[in-house]
Amino acid sequence: MLEHVRAHLTGAFRAEVALHHDPRRPADAWDARRRQHSSKKMLSFLLEQGPPPPARVLGITDQDLFIPILTFVFGEAQLGGRAAVVSTARLDDGVPVVSPRVLAERVAIECVHEVGHAYGLLHCASPRCAMGRSPSVRDVDAKKPQLCRDCLSRLAERNDRSGG
Amino acid sequence: MGNERTRILVVDDEEIVRESLGGWLEKDGFFVQSVPDGKSAVEALEKERWSILLTDLKMPGMDGLQVLEEAKKRQPDLVVVLMTAYATIDTAVSAMKLGAYDYLVKPFDPEELSLMMQKIVSQQTLVRENAVLRKALKREYGFHDVVSKSPAMQQVFELARVAARSNSTILVLGESGTGKEVMARAIHAESPRAQGPFVAISCAALTESLLESELFGHEKGSFTGASARKIGKFEAANGGTLFLDEIGDISPKLQLDLLRVLEDRRFHRVGGTDPISVDVRIVAATNRDLRKAVAEGKFREDLLYRLNVIVINLPPLRERKEDIPLLVEHFTEQLGVEMQRRIEGVSSDAMVALMSYDWPGNVRELRNVLERGAVVAQGRIIQALDLGLAPAAVPEGAAGVGAGAAAAGASDEVPATLEDVEKRHITQMLAHTGGNVSQAARLLGIDRVTLYNKIRKYQLRRGDDSGSQQRPG
Repeated sequence: MLEHVRAHLTGAFRAEVALHHDPRRPADAWDARRRQHSSKKMLSFLLEQGPPPPARVLGITDQDLFIPILTFVFGEAQLGGRAAVVSTARLDDGVPVVSPRVLAERVAIECVHEVGHAYGLLHCASPRCAMGRSPSVRDVDAKKPQLCRDCLSRLAERNDRSGG
Repeated sequence: MGNERTRILVVDDEEIVRESLGGWLEKDGFFVQSVPDGKSAVEALEKERWSILLTDLKMPGMDGLQVLEEAKKRQPDLVVVLMTAYATIDTAVSAMKLGAYDYLVKPFDPEELSLMMQKIVSQQTLVRENAVLRKALKREYGFHDVVSKSPAMQQVFELARVAARSNSTILVLGESGTGKEVMARAIHAESPRAQGPFVAISCAALTESLLESELFGHEKGSFTGASARKIGKFEAANGGTLFLDEIGDISPKLQLDLLRVLEDRRFHRVGGTDPISVDVRIVAATNRDLRKAVAEGKFREDLLYRLNVIVINLPPLRERKEDIPLLVEHFTEQLGVEMQRRIEGVSSDAMVALMSYDWPGNVRELRNVLERGAVVAQGRIIQALDLGLAPAAVPEGAAGVGAGAAAAGASDEVPATLEDVEKRHITQMLAHTGGNVSQAARLLGIDRVTLYNKIRKYQLRRGDDSGSQQRPG
């Protein structure tokens, strides 16, 4: 699955992607009342533990994530920042049981989506683009793990402005 | 959906909520500003325009209901969504009666938030498009606040535009309620005097001496009770337009006084000795037959000739029933603004009733009936029963409806069945909206799918079937 994600990230962002397996979890991210992990705390943990700037860091976790106002999120990223996180928890709860191939595709889509936010991209109006908003698994399945032409040009524009 | 023009104001006393909601909505392309309390929200509402207000219900100080109330005072069309905990759903529901759009129970499902935002954005887009359409419609069919597409009224507009540019006295004739004062105001607005005052007076409402004093003013002590100098309507209208309504009702003495002013452009205040010169354009109006009044010796012939340099005849509403849908749209929009609530139009049954009625009170009566309907209506669409038209005026059979439809210019043939009436009415609506099915559906008070089904059923063309109406620009 990680290789699948890496391939798509490299393709979408033309960036070098390093894989690292770390079994640690941020202790303060668990919210006992909600029985979920705070995605914000996850992002802070990734920034502390991840590679030094200017590298971006993406975490993939099997824990269910939330932001305070929403019941759950598939992932979260700092808009135009360095960190992004994606949870597999709600991506494999489909009925019938999701095949590993389908799950890997969903995770890749959401990873490209969250890293896209970290690169400063907003939600895209195209339901097929990885940057299309996906409040449900149904929406994730409608997307592809690639950026549409418009998002690619927005990304190139941003990269030009920020000097790469 | 990212609509960059949509500006959202978030009000919540919890910083973490403001931060997470703001971050989430920004990724959707919204412009978001977050404030921690009601007071800051009111300040933000006073400074700038917002499309959506997302406010927490329970907050210290000013709560969500008070924020809603203040917001609606400042911006009646603002979409307000309340964020609430399970414990306060009842309050949120009652808040919707105060004008809230909807409520979200914290924490909300991402799909629920997404759907609500999408719905709001598309409704606002629709409202913007409708506003553009309405403006286009008014450009094509309007003369300031007078709207009409009837050929007779188009000729009136043409004459009024030319007359407005001159300085000549204008006599507006028409039955009661045909909009004589609205026309006078439109002429003033179109004239080079538009920046000057528009002063209106009804000559029928006052006794001779009071009207004389109202028109020309009086000096202090000129009669019992004249404790101070009073400026009359002629002086007040200097540089602008004086509208003399019900001119056919003035006494012979005042007819003579008025004739002198029209000839000399000078007059005396009651009890005054110095002549006063004014630059006033007179627009007079009456529902009386002045020629007949002249023949009966009740009106001065020389005054009539002074007044009727340009005559504008306003046809009664029963002779221009094709204007009713246009007037309904115009008035429901006005009433919505006045009543600070959304009124989307009238149902198809209500429109049939309006088209079938004879309108003895003309446009004024139509507006009053719609106002009553808007007050009584439970939802955003005014239903036939809400209009309170006398049962005799609302036909129960197809023949009655047909008579109305025929008078509306649809056909001379009396339709035989209700289906005929429906077919004819839909055809008229489609012609009225230039084939715009969404707009026609809204006016008919049905959804688009139902309208499409009816178009198929009656094999109608979406464009102008009558060949007599123009597509709005």
